[in-house]
Amino acid sequence: MSVIQINNLTKYYGKQLALDNVDLTVEQGEVYGFIGPNGAGKTTTLRILLGLLRKNSGQVSVLGRDPWRDAVALHRRLAYVPGDVSLWPNLSGGEVIDLLGRLRGDFDQSRRNELVERFKFDPTKPCRTYSTGNRQKVALIAAFVSDVELFVLDEPTLGLDPLMEEVFRGCVAEVRQAGKTVLLSSHILAEVEALCDRISIINEGMIVESGTLAELQHLTRISVTVETAQPVTALSELPGVHDVRVDGVRLHFSVDAGAINRAMEHLTRFDVQALTCTPPTLEDLFLRHYELQTGDSMR
Amino acid sequence: MNRHEFAGTRALIRLILRRDRLVLPIWIALPPLFVILVAAAFAQLYPTAASQQILASQLVNSPGFVALLGPVPAATIGGLTVWRSSIFAVLIVAGGNALTTIRHTRSDEETGRFELLGSGAVGRRAPLAASLVVMLGADILVAVLVAGGLLAFGLPFAGSVAFGASLAAIGLMFASLAGVASQLTESAGIARGIVGAFFVLFYVLRAIGDASETSGQSWLSWISPIGWAYLVQPFAKERWEVFALFLASVIVLTEVALVLSSRRDVGSGTFPLRLGPARASHRPGGPLALMWRLQRRTLFAWASLLAVYGIMIGYLAKSSVDLLAANPQLANLFAFFGGTSAYTDALFTFSFTFVGWIGAAYAIAATLRLQSEETEKRVDHVLAASVSRLRWAGSDIAVVIIGSALVLVAFGLPAGLTYGLSAGNMAYELPRLLVATMVYLPAIWVLAGIAMALYGLVPRFSFVSWGALGAFIGVEVIGELLKVSQSVLNISPFKHVPAVLVSGLSATPLISLTFVALALIVVGLIGFQHRSIG
Repeated sequence: MSVIQINNLTKYYGKQLALDNVDLTVEQGEVYGFIGPNGAGKTTTLRILLGLLRKNSGQVSVLGRDPWRDAVALHRRLAYVPGDVSLWPNLSGGEVIDLLGRLRGDFDQSRRNELVERFKFDPTKPCRTYSTGNRQKVALIAAFVSDVELFVLDEPTLGLDPLMEEVFRGCVAEVRQAGKTVLLSSHILAEVEALCDRISIINEGMIVESGTLAELQHLTRISVTVETAQPVTALSELPGVHDVRVDGVRLHFSVDAGAINRAMEHLTRFDVQALTCTPPTLEDLFLRHYELQTGDSMR
Repeated sequence: MNRHEFAGTRALIRLILRRDRLVLPIWIALPPLFVILVAAAFAQLYPTAASQQILASQLVNSPGFVALLGPVPAATIGGLTVWRSSIFAVLIVAGGNALTTIRHTRSDEETGRFELLGSGAVGRRAPLAASLVVMLGADILVAVLVAGGLLAFGLPFAGSVAFGASLAAIGLMFASLAGVASQLTESAGIARGIVGAFFVLFYVLRAIGDASETSGQSWLSWISPIGWAYLVQPFAKERWEVFALFLASVIVLTEVALVLSSRRDVGSGTFPLRLGPARASHRPGGPLALMWRLQRRTLFAWASLLAVYGIMIGYLAKSSVDLLAANPQLANLFAFFGGTSAYTDALFTFSFTFVGWIGAAYAIAATLRLQSEETEKRVDHVLAASVSRLRWAGSDIAVVIIGSALVLVAFGLPAGLTYGLSAGNMAYELPRLLVATMVYLPAIWVLAGIAMALYGLVPRFSFVSWGALGAFIGVEVIGELLKVSQSVLNISPFKHVPAVLVSGLSATPLISLTFVALALIVVGLIGFQHRSIG
């Protein structure tokens, strides 16, 4: 049975349409990426899954139950990390972790200590003094101390430094190992690629693409900048190579994920001096997505 | 002092005016409106000089009322207006100045809003300077409106100007005091607490000083800025030299605040930060424990405020009786009230109305804690855990219901103890004073119910509950003076509270008030369960 099942979900804020017939299915044991630009409807969807917002129409089920009606029972089985963590200014970080852990049911003290250690977190300071990253750590530690079936994480690495991001990824890997389900919303494609089995892309309240990363490969192109000793010729004739542009000794182009190998083989013939590959940003992905769409409609 | 420390002040002034474009005009307009209404009421009720004289002499010889509301400077419409309207006008002006100053200095730093401003071409002293300049303007406006209103009413020029100016001076005094308070701690809440404590201290010093004009403690009024406002004596002597005291203290406080603000780090206080526990306490921790943990300090602050007030009233009642023993001529006055005990009972009954209002203000603030938890998104953590909405909101309501009872006990107990001890009749006085205080509980719950119903159904408009309290107070204060019809007075829940000391205890109004409160709370809880959060 699916852990999260959303069909034709629609949500209005007043007259403004926030979600437009959203469909999403997350299976037991998978890490599911939910990506989209700011204001696309990610947080709205997650807050409906938590029963904090009322839907206007459609079916939503979490762990087989209605999140609005059975919120309390459901929340014993899930943990949530909000995107913008706001804490009680006069409580210490340690107090908040314990409080949130207890509200969800009981939790393991040694696990708490271990996480405080791993996230290098000082639990004695009042929350008003914490930076964004430290507030995020409070919410992450409070979530990962709980022994729950589902983790709902809303842009959880916002404000974390790269080392802490690694720790976070480790935590996600552990819970996945334990057979738990994770719904991870993000606007950072690299993070989603590193962690997720399947992803959905949402834009302007609509799901524009869903599938495994491999299925979405046709959407991803890698940008390459290369310097060669001899001028490169005939590169743009290779299949899967696009937008070739010469800039002095440097050459810029983008290449479909499946065509990298052939392109590299071709380049080595001109004596490569320096090479930079950039994974596609979410923006590239959207641009590419719309390119495909307009291409389709023109055909 | 460097000019660059004030860079950006002008831009910040515009920002303050823009942010407070609704609140600022409201609190500036309230004191003049109130003063003019009171003047109109006195002119209507006491049209002749003789009737004004009789009222004033009764009041002057009644130390308890002088203590609560201040002395009557002159037996004229002007003098009576100053006496009756000062306490509210002073409260609004002082509160408006202090809260606005803290809001634009410490609150901005605490919430991090100042980071964006401070990274611009804004000097260290600019936020405070900008707030004080805006407050100066607001206070001048209050003075002009009050003086203009009284002049238009046909009152003498010097007295009208002196009264307006004394309100402006006390306002500016509290603005500069708030300026210092907001340099001391990292928390805007604590800064507000410091200013509030000073207000209470100044009020109590003045009350005791004014009440004991004959017994040689009147110097206490001279060390209280609130006392200075009365010492100006508008419509009587108009002692302009008192303004030198205001001017000197405003200059000193402003300078201290400005110096402190340019020496410390942005965001930090003058006092160092206290660390908290690394773990939550081992007591069972549900939403109720959280609500208690979040609100206990505020509750103790409200309770200690009322405790100080209770001790003061108990002491005043006692000293009034002493005065009677020493001065048989006053017997007439006490006979007017129906004897000594009737006099003290009238004094207590009068002071209970203030206790009811303060208790209701506590109850509304504590109920609307739900709203700030929601708008700050902190409720998401709690509701995303296995806590039902009913349990979360119910926890706060429980804190409010018990908290308002504690707040009333905090007044009734010390008042009863102080008076019972001095009157030597503890077994009789303590229980009846306590009961007479506690009967305000259902009326206070009605206000909490109004706040809860608004929060549950239309959270955007939950501030209207403050408007409701203001309206009820207005109905009581002005309605009585203007002789408004009983059916209008009856909308205020406080009007239904039995005056136990005067007319005995009656259960019916208490039961019906409790039912109204309960119904409002239930409506609010149901509404809250059926709407979106945030």
